[in-house]
Amino acid sequence: MAYSRKVIKKFEETLNNPSANNVGRLDPNSDSVGTGMVGAPACGDVMRLQIEVDNKNKITDCKFKTYGCGSAIASSQQMIEMLKGKTLDEAKSIKDREIAKLLELPPIKLHCSVLAEDSIKKAIADYESKKA
Amino acid sequence: MKTKAIYFDYASTTPVDPRVAKKMHECLLLDGNFGNPSSRSHEFGWKAEEVVEKARFQVADLINADSREIVWTSGATESDNLAIKGAAKFYKDRGNHIITSKIEHKAVLDPCRQLEREGFEVTYLDPDKDGVVTLEEIKKHVKETTTLISLMHINNELGSINDIGKIGDFAREKNIIFHVDAAQSIGKINIDLSKLNVDLMSFSAHKCYGPKGMGALYIRRKPRVRLEALIHGGGHERGFRSGTLATHQIVGMGEAFSLVKKEMARDNKKIKELSEFFWDQISGIEEIVLNGNKKNKVANIINVSFSYVEGESLIMALKDVAVSSGSACTSASLEPSYVLRALGRPDELAHSSIRFSFGRFTTKEEVKMVAETTKRVVGQLRELSPLWDMYLDGVDLEKVEWAPH
Repeated sequence: MAYSRKVIKKFEETLNNPSANNVGRLDPNSDSVGTGMVGAPACGDVMRLQIEVDNKNKITDCKFKTYGCGSAIASSQQMIEMLKGKTLDEAKSIKDREIAKLLELPPIKLHCSVLAEDSIKKAIADYESKKA
Repeated sequence: MKTKAIYFDYASTTPVDPRVAKKMHECLLLDGNFGNPSSRSHEFGWKAEEVVEKARFQVADLINADSREIVWTSGATESDNLAIKGAAKFYKDRGNHIITSKIEHKAVLDPCRQLEREGFEVTYLDPDKDGVVTLEEIKKHVKETTTLISLMHINNELGSINDIGKIGDFAREKNIIFHVDAAQSIGKINIDLSKLNVDLMSFSAHKCYGPKGMGALYIRRKPRVRLEALIHGGGHERGFRSGTLATHQIVGMGEAFSLVKKEMARDNKKIKELSEFFWDQISGIEEIVLNGNKKNKVANIINVSFSYVEGESLIMALKDVAVSSGSACTSASLEPSYVLRALGRPDELAHSSIRFSFGRFTTKEEVKMVAETTKRVVGQLRELSPLWDMYLDGVDLEKVEWAPH
């Protein structure tokens, strides 16, 4: 499978230095944390995104763990770079196509960026359900 | 090609042995043996025919067959096609039922699918949990109309071995043609066709240090097996396979098989040691699963799954090691291995299978290095894996409600 340079770079950075690259977890029970887990082991990818949100609805921290191919891991990393510092409303407008474009994902890997967008939506929904 | 990558994918293809390359080169240039083996009117043709027949003898000699039972083809895929379609069609007045298994190579499965479209009936047997097709399973599905059984000798993903001796005896007793794809066998297991009741056997040159694009089909003479040809045009190879013979390729296959005959015992001893050493090194990794049964497989293939690590990311992380996930033919797609699925392995293990395969030129240093790298990157990828987290937390992944996409 040929990967773009960007995917390889992001994948290797994450692999070799996970803690500096947003790998980890936040307390899922905290009121300020939203968790979104999407995908399934049987499909070959599972993405877990956690966001920490302050009282101004701004995303202050993000952590992820992803089981999946190199593109899925790179997409997770790309997504987090786009999320940090954004408000929830801004985050909701992030589209899978932007992630795919930035990473130059081939058509066969587009589901990786779709998964990333879905995990953002799910994490925000989880956070908002806690506030409701 | 200069690369620092370590080649651990010998079951996919092997490099040509330098001794083979030398013989091949002698059959290319103006001052070499370049003639058309079918040219009967001059010395160039006679000389080419002579080396082609010598190679035929070398191939037959390794498998204890008569050289008149060897037909040259472009590789095991063509041999499989010729055997399966050729026999099914020739014997169609006897019946239209074919038996094969779910874990055959695509070169067997796809011709069977094609025959189904043409009106034949095919039964795809389930292997046991170790990737072996048993005689009992065959007996359960054989019918009055069965004319052909086609099974592989050694599975290309797992290295598991079918008992072709026992199955052959049964097929002969029932007057069913028995075809065996032996692409993975040469150099790994001794094949004696004077003792085996196998009617048709496919071989490939590039899996045993010969050139790509070259293979052979063994077609038994006693009792005589007949086939309908696939390729017409000149009646070469006694009408079984027309087309000008590729002298250099054929000579390469002959030399490769003759080297196997001389060096197989030594090669296998070394590979067995390396493979055991490798397994000793990696078997301590937590939640590792060996696919296939250690007691009934060839040593050169080690297929493992590392739970909670996805196969493609593992291959990407093992960037200086050439291995494959599933078979090379399917690793370009996102499908988990159909072979592992047929064994009843859960999808996530089928998604995480890696095949390491060793060969003639593998060294102990390489094995050591690959084992260390594997241990390291499996740990790194698990650090990234939410499934590993859940496993450590004692979550039963079977009970989680996933959101498949």
